Amino acid sequence: MNEPVRPLPRADEFDTREFWEGTKQHEFRYQQCNQCDEVVFYPRRHCPGCTAGELIWKVSTGKGTVYTYSVVRQSYHPFFRNRVPYAVAWIDLEEGPRILSNVVGVDDPLNDVSIGMAVQVEWEEHENLNIPLFKPLAS
Amino acid sequence: MTQKRAAAIVGIHEYPSRDVEGEISPLQVKAESAARALEDAGLSWSDVDAVYDAGEGGGMGGLTIAEYFGLRPNVIDTTSVGGSSYEFHAAHAKRDIAAGKCSVALLTYGSTAHSNARAIGVGGRGGASMHPAENMDAFAGMTLIANYAMVAHRHMHNYGTRSEQLAEISIATRLHAMRNPQAVKAMEDLEFLDIRETTIEDVVSSRMIADPLHLLECCMISDGGGAVVIAAPEIARDCKKSPVWILGSGEATKYPTSGGDITSSAATQSGPQAFGEAGVTPAEMDIAMIYDSFSITVLTLLEDLGFCRKGEGGSWVQGGRLRYDRPLDGPALNTDGGGLSSNHPGMRGIFLLIEAARQLRGESCSQVTDAKLAVAHGNGGMLGSRHSAGTIILGRD
Repeated sequence: MNEPVRPLPRADEFDTREFWEGTKQHEFRYQQCNQCDEVVFYPRRHCPGCTAGELIWKVSTGKGTVYTYSVVRQSYHPFFRNRVPYAVAWIDLEEGPRILSNVVGVDDPLNDVSIGMAVQVEWEEHENLNIPLFKPLAS
Repeated sequence: MTQKRAAAIVGIHEYPSRDVEGEISPLQVKAESAARALEDAGLSWSDVDAVYDAGEGGGMGGLTIAEYFGLRPNVIDTTSVGGSSYEFHAAHAKRDIAAGKCSVALLTYGSTAHSNARAIGVGGRGGASMHPAENMDAFAGMTLIANYAMVAHRHMHNYGTRSEQLAEISIATRLHAMRNPQAVKAMEDLEFLDIRETTIEDVVSSRMIADPLHLLECCMISDGGGAVVIAAPEIARDCKKSPVWILGSGEATKYPTSGGDITSSAATQSGPQAFGEAGVTPAEMDIAMIYDSFSITVLTLLEDLGFCRKGEGGSWVQGGRLRYDRPLDGPALNTDGGGLSSNHPGMRGIFLLIEAARQLRGESCSQVTDAKLAVAHGNGGMLGSRHSAGTIILGRD
């Protein structure tokens, strides 16, 4: 029987395919409007801030902070059930995007994750795209 | 301001069983609940000219449900915004009745989430999706409980809120559940351990599911359903039970934004609409039927509806303020036992309307003496990401 895998996004979803394309090169892409400067994330085709603007793709440094998190103790998902406890977090990137991800690279997620902690992206490699996870920022 | 009384709840029914053991379908739960609610009002199928249903039963939503009930309604509304759909439906029924489009509105809900063994809270989420938001989120393995837990963590961080304070919400609803035979039966059927009134210590020492939320801060997953009948004033006056007027309504949504405040919900938008239309204040509420998917849901919503200031919910709920027998201290919370201890088949919003109507009729198991005003606030979707808010203010004659 195959090992259960992390649920992976579709690389062909219309709004987000450009983001996932960028992950192949370890680029964390986001959008900003050339008229109203609104930072847009998750990606879209239109600017939700104004009706005239065009969204320009930019690349984030991948550095940010933990806005909030929870340590999952119980999951029935075939992949995640064997990984508890693991930390789910909303990460605020320096450039503005807020993304849901996991905090990894800590010895004990129950004690080593905190709100406000500095993190940086770490790519989990997959065949057709890579997944942006976050680890403590190297000091 | 002049309070409008354009529509009233005239019939209610809560399907009694929380474990149908796979013997009855969600559609059948809806139909039986509808018939009992119509009887409660002294009305019949032939009186119904408007149907409101979240359409989660499959088929073609409103088309399927109208045929199944054998109705030819003038108004069909299948607004589907998760657990608060029924507050949206009540708001729309009031609006449609006031506009003269219909005179007897039927709201229905049915679910066999427990029988289907749907692990709503800890099931994790699906993978590939053609919805862009889901296509960005699914890889992280956020359970539904973790979503709400992230709100709780940030609330604790910003305001110093403690688990012992959140536990007050769990113990108040359990107190009310123990007075409700249907809720006690529900906990027995769902094999709750040690069914009794709880203490703060019980809650904070129960198993952690997703930090910082403990088992006794999480709702049950039951089967169930119900129906509500809403009628125009001229019909409501002749119904069997006294009318429960819809005095105000508000609707809103909220979703993640750069720099957004996760501790503040869409209720900050829907609440003022509803209280403003009704011309009343939170302090006047005798009953607060607040969607208790989790302890943090109630704390957040009480703050956002204006019962206390943002960040002060923890201290505000302390000392048993939300009990049914403390009417001078504040509103009685979820006097049926709530989603935490009575009934949560996935979308609980209809029960908020049903129990609020019971209170204003004087029919609750935890009756608040001379209850005159109630707020029912539904939260749909997920509080810590994208969610909907429906606020309904109810009053009796």
